[in-house]
Amino acid sequence: MGILFFLLSVAGSFVVFSLVGIMSGWFDRKITARLQWRVGPPWWQNFIDFVKLTGKETLIPENANEKIFLLAPVIGIVSLSVTGAFLISGLYQTVKWDLFIFIYLLMIPSIAIFLAGSSSGNVLASVGAGRELRLMLSYEFPFIIALLVPVIKSGATEIFDIVRFQMTEGINIGYVSGFLAFFVSLLAFMGKLGYIPFDVSEAETEIAAGALVEYSGLPLALFKLMKWILLSVGISFMVVYFMGGFKNIFTGILKYIGVLVLIILIKNTNPRLRTDQILRFSWGWLTVFGFVAVIFALMGY
Amino acid sequence: MAIDLKTKALKKSLFVFHLSTGSCNNCDIEILDCLTPRFDIERFGMVLVGSIKHADVLLVTGIGTVKNANRIKLLYEQMPKPGFVVAIGACACTGGIFRDGYTMNGPVDKIIPVDVYIPGCPPKPEAMIAGITKLLAKIR
Repeated sequence: MGILFFLLSVAGSFVVFSLVGIMSGWFDRKITARLQWRVGPPWWQNFIDFVKLTGKETLIPENANEKIFLLAPVIGIVSLSVTGAFLISGLYQTVKWDLFIFIYLLMIPSIAIFLAGSSSGNVLASVGAGRELRLMLSYEFPFIIALLVPVIKSGATEIFDIVRFQMTEGINIGYVSGFLAFFVSLLAFMGKLGYIPFDVSEAETEIAAGALVEYSGLPLALFKLMKWILLSVGISFMVVYFMGGFKNIFTGILKYIGVLVLIILIKNTNPRLRTDQILRFSWGWLTVFGFVAVIFALMGY
Repeated sequence: MAIDLKTKALKKSLFVFHLSTGSCNNCDIEILDCLTPRFDIERFGMVLVGSIKHADVLLVTGIGTVKNANRIKLLYEQMPKPGFVVAIGACACTGGIFRDGYTMNGPVDKIIPVDVYIPGCPPKPEAMIAGITKLLAKIR
């Protein structure tokens, strides 16, 4: 019974978050196009892309590790679906220590991209895989520091208690410390997504789509789906963690769109950073601001 | 039914890979012009991708030099099928003013099968969009 319920909730979260993610991906493309004074694709474009890619031939390179090559996108999607299931259940009941589950599970998509790159047997793909790992090393530290701030404020490591704290004491982003921590974790999350200031591992003009260079057909479609689900799961996590969650559906959707638009604006107004610049930025400014936020939180601001 | 759906989806989302085989760069700049606000081919779902394995359409510009002939063949074989080839510019279609040059290795259709020819030196973005609509009419 317990296992069946778990599997059903994971499947449900997969459906919900992939639909929301595909629409968020379209929103990203459309807003990007409008910012560049273009018209942009219609709303069903990402669904069409997905269907088309499933119908294409799947090529596996001769010197690739076939099993890991095909499993990598599945690992990413499954871990993100589990994250989504924990996020939804965390809104209704206390799941012990579930913040740490999120920190672990949100790392796995990056590891899936690393596995994809290193199992492809391609020089550009292995360069992309190495860059992905370096990217992970840089953003993970400030991300965890920023996530400490609501823990300090509410004294709990469960999503349910953090949301309840925000309902009684005011949302986290309303405090100085929460505001700083929100921006630090937003930038770190953009590193997870591989969006433009941090898209070294997928630099298409430089290393030809990086870690995903050898993917075609269904696995590529799954990787695109993984990126979309990561977008929706990550933004929902931000909204729940810093902005008080989806208690009121209408304001919840407005918060979600607000964070999404903020990410798109940062993405469209910045050039790509080099790997060493990313490392210096995250271990420098982001970490400093993270610690400042933690100190403010300890002082009660 | 399922196959029909995939063909319909293919028509609405062509991912394009761009290969220059010894062109003078004029056609390449005109290809990039198709992405600019005035023409904006992303309206029709066309995206310029960085890897041939993600692509549905191979855009070839230039005469296909002796050095590049093998590479064009390799790229054509690596393109996941169904995939299409479009020859852009007078050089790719016929050899153009370089047809007697010592690096000439035949126009592109001597090396790989070509689906659509878009002549011009360079062809305007409007001409390219017209050529792509002819390609779409060919996809069944």
